[in-house]
Amino acid sequence: MSARRILVLFAHPSPARSEINRHLASLAREHPYASFVDLYAEYPNYRVDIDREQQRLCEHDVIVFLFPLYWYSTPALLKEWQDLVLEYGFAYGREGTALAGKYFICACSAGGPGAAYDASGYNHHSLRELLIPLEQTATLCHMRPLPPFALFGSRTAVEEGRRDEHLRAFSGLLDHLATKPLDAWLQSEACTVNELLSLSSGETPP
Amino acid sequence: MTGLLLEVFIYLAAAVIAVPLAKRFGLGSVLGYLVAGVIIGPVLGLVGSQESVTIQHYAEFGVVMMLFLVGLELEPAMLWRMRSRLLGLGGLQVSISAGLFAAIAWQFGLDWRTAVAVGLLLSLSSTAIVLQTFQEKGLNKSEGARSAFSVLLFQDIAVIPMLALIPLLAIPELMSGAALAADDGHHDMSLVAGLSGWMHAAVILLSIAAVVVAGHFLTRPLFGFIASTGLREAFTAAALMLVIGIALLMNLVGLSPALGTFLAGVVLANSEFRHELESDIEPFKGLLLGLFFITVGAGVQFALLVDEVGLVISLTLGVIVLKAAVLFVLALVFGVRRADGWLFTLSLAQAGEFGFVLISYASQTKVLPDDLVPVLLLVVALSMFLTPLLFIAFDRLVLPRYASNTEDRESDKIDDRGPVIIAGSGRFGQIVNRMLRANQVPTVVLERSPEQIDNMREVNIKSYFGDATRPDLLLAAGIEEASLFVIAIDGEEQTLALTKHLKHAHPQLKVLARAYDRGHLYALREAGADWVVSETYHSALQLGQQALRALDYHPFRAHNLTAAFDEAESKGRDALYEQWLKKDEDENFGRGFQSLYIELEEALHGLMLYDRDDGHSRSERGWTPPPKDYAASLVADPGLGKADGSDTD
Repeated sequence: MSARRILVLFAHPSPARSEINRHLASLAREHPYASFVDLYAEYPNYRVDIDREQQRLCEHDVIVFLFPLYWYSTPALLKEWQDLVLEYGFAYGREGTALAGKYFICACSAGGPGAAYDASGYNHHSLRELLIPLEQTATLCHMRPLPPFALFGSRTAVEEGRRDEHLRAFSGLLDHLATKPLDAWLQSEACTVNELLSLSSGETPP
Repeated sequence: MTGLLLEVFIYLAAAVIAVPLAKRFGLGSVLGYLVAGVIIGPVLGLVGSQESVTIQHYAEFGVVMMLFLVGLELEPAMLWRMRSRLLGLGGLQVSISAGLFAAIAWQFGLDWRTAVAVGLLLSLSSTAIVLQTFQEKGLNKSEGARSAFSVLLFQDIAVIPMLALIPLLAIPELMSGAALAADDGHHDMSLVAGLSGWMHAAVILLSIAAVVVAGHFLTRPLFGFIASTGLREAFTAAALMLVIGIALLMNLVGLSPALGTFLAGVVLANSEFRHELESDIEPFKGLLLGLFFITVGAGVQFALLVDEVGLVISLTLGVIVLKAAVLFVLALVFGVRRADGWLFTLSLAQAGEFGFVLISYASQTKVLPDDLVPVLLLVVALSMFLTPLLFIAFDRLVLPRYASNTEDRESDKIDDRGPVIIAGSGRFGQIVNRMLRANQVPTVVLERSPEQIDNMREVNIKSYFGDATRPDLLLAAGIEEASLFVIAIDGEEQTLALTKHLKHAHPQLKVLARAYDRGHLYALREAGADWVVSETYHSALQLGQQALRALDYHPFRAHNLTAAFDEAESKGRDALYEQWLKKDEDENFGRGFQSLYIELEEALHGLMLYDRDDGHSRSERGWTPPPKDYAASLVADPGLGKADGSDTD
């Protein structure tokens, strides 16, 4: 199988302050199979070029949203991007099949610790549950959503020495998305794809 | 009747022909009227001095109206702001010049009273010519022009006490047995005839009080009432009635009508009807004052000029040189230096139109002997005719000298270094600079106007004196370490030359430039500027957006339409630039450019109109809702989605 082409849509309104996403972004920028788009750099005025974005989507097989989690959702520009680019007749509707069969995944960082994203935690829901709007959007657009790739407790990740590990995992994720079978991930009910990454780095069970 | 009409026709025709011609030759309207008068009077002999007397009486009313308007302009607050210059420069100029001229005239054997009158009338300069020339030459904002303006303003005000003073100088020997009090011998009515001295004084005080009190308390309701009727001509009539009424009252009590209307003007200066009054009186003033100058011109005695050419010319030059000397010294004392000092000196060195007023007034009140009047008229008129020459001297002799001296002025030692150099700290560059400074970006600002540097220093923004187009100065400013250069200097050619130099000598520099217009923008782009902005483009866009909002477009929509316009314009700009590069040698913008421009303009219109389509339009991007029945189409397609087991609705 030839490598899948990955589109990383990066949305961070203040990358200069970022401790995690900035590094994930530069990793994606360098990655041989990924095309990298810094949305806030390209559209500082929120004037998303719909034609260009749709063209990009068509040229790739895997769509990655890379962003810090803001209020259980994406930063505003990435939401704007969805509102404008995932157009009726392009991404959904009777003739809207341009994205059919593409894989979709969110790579996000969450400020709260992993324990908070649990029925007993203060967020009461798992991250995957909270991201259902995105997952459902992908589904309605005939895409194939994967469980999210996430870093919890991102505000203290550097101090706790977890950044490098996460960067390695992200690199592994991109490699995997580009070249490995994704059926197991697709069917998994896992809360995040992180749990599956170690699994897939070994031999995938049949 | 026919005679009168003919005469009026001749006067008006002279004005219609001479004034536009004079303006075309850069002489200004006052000189135009004087020339017109000279032509119909002494040259062609169409009007004799005899018939002119009637017309002269109407014409003098122009002076009365001018003083009313001068009064209207005198807002107390403005006078207070200008007080030091007004009293200092203006007061000293008038008193020193008047004193010197009077002393010289006295030395020449004139009666001391006549000498004082001559001194006073020669000390005045021509407001009309000078202000108009400043405006035409765009010198209004310069230090020299502002100083000159305060002197002219002082002179205009000083005319009032002069008009009051001159009758007191009357020389009994010059009076024939005629009436002593009448100022022009034409008054058949008087309220004060036969009153005793203190009664006379009381009547005068009462009249002035009446003007002030009525002006203050009665005019507002009166004008308010007339204005509320919406009849413009009624307002004009009221304005004329006011001026004529005051002039009449002043005549009746034996005061100068000009004094009275001036006073009324001052009283009304703060009234909300001021601008309305001004615009109503202005045309009458202009016409009557024009008439006044024509009659002065018509009264010029050519024979005298020919006979006494040496005397008249030497007197005229003497007046100009002496006034210039006084002004020059004052400019030095008051720190109006360099080119500004010369502008101040040369612009005010002539005698002025108020000189004519004072001459005719002083002649009527028997202060000036009859044989002196035509000589003085000639001297004043000639000095006014020479004014354009003085301005030419300023342009040709003074400005180049100071322009080169600017080069000679030691450029400031530049002790700051920064990654950004900004050339020019005028209205454009200073905003760029403030923005960068606010973000702690060190900048080095080069500016050619010392005044601007001082202005900026006052608000603690430092810039250096120097001409950014000089390579050695750029090196001193640290151009070799800089990474960014912002060109915000005036002058299309200089900007272009600087861009070329920078991109050639310092290719590592990013050059951001400000363009004057489209053609300039392309030229700068061709010269290698990394980013060019047309100086008015973005503010125009902002105003356009505000216009849409004012038309009740939703603010967000207005914003988006503006941004869409900008995007289309940017794309079009690139296409036009390509076309521009192919421009013919002889044409600035080729035919292809023109048709491309029209094409892009139409595309732009189309883009803006998409939104009018109702319903779903794929070309109208951005928050267009799906069709009303779209949900039906969302039924899962068995061929999609289901295959990989994911959930669909």
